[in-house]
Amino acid sequence: MLTLQFVPYAEVEHLESEDRIEKLLNIVKDRKIVLMQGRLQPEEETLLIQHTMLQITKSFSGIEICTIFPEERDLQFFNKMRKGMVKMLVGNRDGITIIGPASVVKEIKRDPKRMQLFTITPHGSSSSKRSVAKKRRR
Amino acid sequence: MIRFVRDFVQRLLGDLFQTKKHVKLGIYGPPNAGKTTLANRICKDWLGEKMGSVSKIPHETRNIQIKERINIKHKDNELTFNLVDTPGIATKIDYEDFMKYKISSKAAKQRAKEATKGVIEAIKWLDDMDVVMVVLDSTQNPFSQVNITIIGNLAARDIPVLIVGNKIDLKKSNIKKIENAFPQYDVVGISAEKGENLEEFYESLFKVIKGK
Repeated sequence: MLTLQFVPYAEVEHLESEDRIEKLLNIVKDRKIVLMQGRLQPEEETLLIQHTMLQITKSFSGIEICTIFPEERDLQFFNKMRKGMVKMLVGNRDGITIIGPASVVKEIKRDPKRMQLFTITPHGSSSSKRSVAKKRRR
Repeated sequence: MIRFVRDFVQRLLGDLFQTKKHVKLGIYGPPNAGKTTLANRICKDWLGEKMGSVSKIPHETRNIQIKERINIKHKDNELTFNLVDTPGIATKIDYEDFMKYKISSKAAKQRAKEATKGVIEAIKWLDDMDVVMVVLDSTQNPFSQVNITIIGNLAARDIPVLIVGNKIDLKKSNIKKIENAFPQYDVVGISAEKGENLEEFYESLFKVIKGK
């Protein structure tokens, strides 16, 4: 069974970066796929990678992450300014971030507006699940 | 803002004490993109020696490697920099993946442990870089989150970037796809292993360092 957990921006906006990262990682380590409204700051994305690396064990091999957000380069100057002001006031709620455990999500492909999630389906005994992993398009 | 103040103070102190600070040129990218192969190419071209070992097994470079005072000349230009080769940045490291390359379970676990530390170190070093070459495998999809995270972080830190699409000697290479993914950056295609298109590479490198 695949569990997706939606995390609204309001649920993480009041948290410090470290706490936000830990909250998301704890969900992922529980073998759930996080669907977060908005995106992390670039510095938070590297912090997430660092925290992930620190927590890697035999049973947790890391994460797959993908963010999709609206393209801003074609916006008019005043629209860009307006969006910038909104981000400053209420945070970056644009886009969606998907984070899944690497033991469940094999790969997330983005191309660039379409997202494809490939999961690992275990077959047979747990010891051989990785070697016989099968791709399934969702 | 902090970077601006730091650079200003460094410039001021450098002028006062007549010290010469060389540009720190970092090589970043995902594992197996050819970062160390490119570092070796630059070092062999200008120092006559290699920088580090390369392998088909991912995460061969697990420590930061530095070569100081590399002096390169191109046309009428000359510049000296310190080259910093970094471990590949990844979001997952599974020791079982290394075992597919016929290495023992013990060696694979040790490699995984060192690789996780390498990723953390590479990220820590981001703040120390003056200019960065992001090396991407041009046969792979450039829209990976690791690539976007690295480039997004460099942009947030206001560090000049040159994107190097490596492995253009391979059939599946697609430099246009990298250019489309990152239209606001200079992209140059090379084959670090075969030494292809290095003239254009050095020209782009001069441009990005001089424009810093």
